Amino acid sequence: MDRSQMQGLLRDMLRARAFEEAAAQGYAEGKIAGFLHLYPGEEAVAVGVLHAAEPGDYVVSTYREHVHALVRGIPARQIMAELYGKKTGISGGMGGSMHLFDRERRFLGGYAIVGETFPIALGAGYAVAYRRLPEAVICFFGDGAVNQGTFHESLNMAALWKLPILFVCENNHYQIGTEIHRHSAIVDVYKRACAYGIPAEQVDGMEVLAVHAAAQRALERVRSGDGPQFLELTTYRFRGHSMADPGSYRPEAEVKAYEAADPIAAALHEFQLRYPGAADLAAAGNDCLQRFTDHCCQEGHLDETALARLQAEVQAEIEDARRFAEESPEPSMEEARAILARNHRLETVVEAQA
Amino acid sequence: MSEILYWQALNQALDAELAADDAVFTLGEDVGLYGGTYRVSEGLMAKYGEWRVRDTPISENSFTGLGVGAAMLGLRPVVEIMTINFALFAMDSLVNMAAKIPFMSGGQFPMPLTIRMPGGVARQLGAQHSQRLESMFMNVPGLRIAVPSTPQDAYWQLRQAIRSDDPVIVLEHELLYFSKGEVDTHASAPPLHQALIRRPGRDLTCISYSRMVPLALEAAQALHAEGVEMEVIDLRSLSPIDWATCVESVLRTHRCLIVEEDCRFAGVGAELAAELQERCFYQLDAPIQRVAGLDLPTPFNAKLEAASIPRQEDILKAARALLNLPQGES
Repeated sequence: MDRSQMQGLLRDMLRARAFEEAAAQGYAEGKIAGFLHLYPGEEAVAVGVLHAAEPGDYVVSTYREHVHALVRGIPARQIMAELYGKKTGISGGMGGSMHLFDRERRFLGGYAIVGETFPIALGAGYAVAYRRLPEAVICFFGDGAVNQGTFHESLNMAALWKLPILFVCENNHYQIGTEIHRHSAIVDVYKRACAYGIPAEQVDGMEVLAVHAAAQRALERVRSGDGPQFLELTTYRFRGHSMADPGSYRPEAEVKAYEAADPIAAALHEFQLRYPGAADLAAAGNDCLQRFTDHCCQEGHLDETALARLQAEVQAEIEDARRFAEESPEPSMEEARAILARNHRLETVVEAQA
Repeated sequence: MSEILYWQALNQALDAELAADDAVFTLGEDVGLYGGTYRVSEGLMAKYGEWRVRDTPISENSFTGLGVGAAMLGLRPVVEIMTINFALFAMDSLVNMAAKIPFMSGGQFPMPLTIRMPGGVARQLGAQHSQRLESMFMNVPGLRIAVPSTPQDAYWQLRQAIRSDDPVIVLEHELLYFSKGEVDTHASAPPLHQALIRRPGRDLTCISYSRMVPLALEAAQALHAEGVEMEVIDLRSLSPIDWATCVESVLRTHRCLIVEEDCRFAGVGAELAAELQERCFYQLDAPIQRVAGLDLPTPFNAKLEAASIPRQEDILKAARALLNLPQGES
């Protein structure tokens, strides 16, 4: 992975964190209503997986999908405006936080009934295989979803017909308030995929580079026609299930332990290791490392100044999105009716009476 | 023009659409090698191959959802659910996905999905296999429901449903598959949701759909012998409903009788009666009446089963009562 890719990962993780904190703020101020499921803690999963995806791939996500949408390339403005229920939102204000859709970026939606992403991905995978295209479908779901019937039904059909689907389990260990040992007989989720002969791997979902590497390997196999692949990414959400949930069922020590393994801190640490300070470089002498590091420094890579600048850019982007959302107009009932009628606009449903 | 069976008309319609558009495919339990439980997809797998005529495992929710996902990518899936009773497993795919995605996405994703399934009381299949659940789907905005009662309509409406960009349920009837009728494959079809007057009449309007239409027509013939002219409207669609045709007729006859096979409580007739009295109240000479299925799980016993849904004599009695005629004759 080259430096710009590394920077890209870090930038998206910072954007993800900043976006969700701004959403939480909007909720606290009463500007965002409804259910709001936030992602802090799990950034390495979405960023690692989606940075391995191609523009031609399809993404199916859950109700905790703001960050998937953001990393997929949907502008922060349009996501935030959707959270605010505004006309300028990516779903025109008809979807909300849990139903972000973007046809152009092949983002097939956020689904708010647990276990729905499996059949949607199954159908998308069927369509890709039907047309014999080298595209992949990425299907996100949580550990809670694997006890739905659709998990087993869809994995069976995906394997049976060798459909090009990457199943990505974001295992944050909780189905709302019930810890995985209390909801699943088998807590290593990846083992369940073996029942359908789907190659599966368990990866540390707090480590963005490991996630990215695993996703890349799996997507290569999907694209080369090996059929569905399965990744279990163990992660943790720092907040409750939604803004309505304080998450008080989780022991404080557990939350603290995962916060210590914050993927953003880990990614920053990665940079520090990879790009030694000026004193280290001076001590190393004029070797290949030194030359490469000089080259990196000449490009203005990550020192404290560059990081501060990156953070400021991200804050400005999210602040702009927030302002855009607040200032955008509301959709009208006429627009809602027009959207419902849109698919039969060219069709005569019933003949008008003479 | 030739006389063919209802299932053959559906088979020809599906064949024609598979031939016309590469994006069309069908899937469901036993639709391929076996040819479909009611023979609707007979011969099509041999003709179009397994990717276009796909046998599925018994997983109604996920294979219906597969149709939803494939439709989002521009294919035109025709999902066969073996009977409406099994569609209860697929309610999430139909109600939470197919009906919602075009809307929730702000109109970004069309949903060219067709769901074919038979419903209705057949012969002694027991309570689990004799349901008429159409009113459940009527209460879901975003779904359209066609109810063909003749081979000609089966042919037309299935083709129109496949060509529609909305999710359309084509609700067939287990006892209509072997009914016979003329099918003109070249004639131009009325709109998918247009109601049709099957028999004109001046004395009262009978509104019906699916297998109750032939029953209502038989009753109208019997009433004709008594000097009563009952107009029979075939709704052909339960969502949307062609109100204009119904209202025009009721305003002319001033009396309305609804004949429905589904359960009376909160059924199709309840919606029809409510809307029509709002629109026609001051022109009505009598309250709108319903002849409907009993509010009862269908009994297995043959006599009880037959008595649990409308019979010809039930329609005759209700029609005479609406017209204040004596009940003596039958």
